[in-house]
Amino acid sequence: MNNKRHILFLSVLVSVTLPFLPLLLWSFSERWFYPALLPQSFGLRGWSYIFGTVNSQILQALISSFFLAATSTLISLAVGVPAGRALGLYEFPGKRFVLLTFILPVIVPPLAVAMGLHLWFIRLGLAETFWGVVLVHLTFCLPYTIFVMRGTFSDYSPEFEDQARTLGASRLQVLSRVTIPMIMPGIVVAALFSFLLSWSQYLSTLIIGGGRMLTLPIMLFSLMGSGDRPVAAAVSLIFVIPAFIALLASAHSLGRAGLQGVR
Amino acid sequence: MKHSQSFRIKGKAGVPCGLLQLTAAIGPAFVIILILFGGGLSLGLMQALGHLPGASLHSVSLTHFTNVLTDPDFAGSIRLTFYVSFVSTVIAAAVSVVLALAIIRCAEESRLVHFFLQIPLTVPHLVIAVSILLLLSPSGLAARLLAAVGLLQSTSSFPMLVNDRFCIGIMLVYIWKEIPFITFMLLAVLKNLGPELLETAATLKASKMQRFRYVILPIIWPSLAGAGLIVFAFTFGAFEVPFLLGRSYPLTMPVWSYKNYSDIDLLARPEGIAIGLIISIIIIAAVIVSHLLTQYGRRRGLL
Repeated sequence: MNNKRHILFLSVLVSVTLPFLPLLLWSFSERWFYPALLPQSFGLRGWSYIFGTVNSQILQALISSFFLAATSTLISLAVGVPAGRALGLYEFPGKRFVLLTFILPVIVPPLAVAMGLHLWFIRLGLAETFWGVVLVHLTFCLPYTIFVMRGTFSDYSPEFEDQARTLGASRLQVLSRVTIPMIMPGIVVAALFSFLLSWSQYLSTLIIGGGRMLTLPIMLFSLMGSGDRPVAAAVSLIFVIPAFIALLASAHSLGRAGLQGVR
Repeated sequence: MKHSQSFRIKGKAGVPCGLLQLTAAIGPAFVIILILFGGGLSLGLMQALGHLPGASLHSVSLTHFTNVLTDPDFAGSIRLTFYVSFVSTVIAAAVSVVLALAIIRCAEESRLVHFFLQIPLTVPHLVIAVSILLLLSPSGLAARLLAAVGLLQSTSSFPMLVNDRFCIGIMLVYIWKEIPFITFMLLAVLKNLGPELLETAATLKASKMQRFRYVILPIIWPSLAGAGLIVFAFTFGAFEVPFLLGRSYPLTMPVWSYKNYSDIDLLARPEGIAIGLIISIIIIAAVIVSHLLTQYGRRRGLL
């Protein structure tokens, strides 16, 4: 039994970590010609190209990727938490239709939506702008947030709020002392979901951003095209950082059930 | 609505909620999705139908759709996309079933296994696509390893695993990413299973295969099918991985769509949108068909 357990653990460990090996090796290599198994010389050129260059485009892409994902997440939470609450707590006529409207953007890829919105956004002056890209990211970040919050609120008892109110708590106190602490795990998962979705988005950013909004995935594609492997590998590793923070945060605050279902 | 009473909002445990409150809670999200998602698709459809804003409705025609559907590349593209999505979904689902059962049997409480298995859930597809390129290209790490142990004479003798005919590289990315997703969906069901059913089956002399076929499979099937469908729908409409790891001909549907959309020839743009809409229609149809099949199967007692 113990033996089987070890084999299982090792196979999971190796298959999960293997893809990170070439990224690490390439990001720290200076010279690595075929067919050498390991780089002929190690160095920090890949990393210093990102962080050392003045006005580094990659650094700017990192910053705009972060603000894009953070903004999409905050708006999704602000609009999605009340909606998720209503869908989790109440039954009402037309609920199935509302749920269908929210599930479609999760299933249908953003490709056709972004292409459709593009012309309209050009007219509205939203194309090639930060807010235009935020709006297109909302089409999938918001529904995901709503579904996570709906799940959270379906095992939530609003009686606690009544009790607090009976004890004389104001509306704001009920919200900050009762409701938010109780739904915090759901909010964390929803925020991570939505941040990662926006963070990894490539095509819809490219279509609406029109090459003006340089995000990390867009930089990564152009680096792969130019063939600078050490820099591309280093950017790939930076690109994974939020994923790892999300993982650690969820392991810390949510226990083992953590991120199940995050895509 | 016939009577105002017929609009009943039922809360859990009798919590009152007015129509106004409900509208205030759901309204903003509903309007945003309706305008951005519904609007995006409708505007896409208008453009794909050849309608230009300001022009009269006479310009509407199915020309762009028929152009796409009769394009000699259409059949090849749809076949390739279907092949990639179907094969990666089936392989990922099969591995997930084995993995989930193995975890339940000997590592249910292992936090480490669960932790490592969560990693692929969060890592962007693009990063793994880059990594697969660095691992499996003809001058990649795998080829270097084979050369180092003397198994490979030249780069040309390394099999094509990226930008290849069979889309091995693309499918590896999807399989790596989606196995944990399906596995966790299965684990959620299997953890509540308890030993009783399997023990009963064993007492009745059911073989290992029979226990799997008649006890475990019916229980996990809804989750397996649901997760598989999500994976299929996602891979069918995904752009990044086939763009980076696919061949330049034939193209998968999403890559073909974007290629037309971004063509210098602006006349190709509506055709790109038409392909994007066809992808969406196929995915929605797949969801509806599988939903109906599941209902049918359940009614006939097959599932």
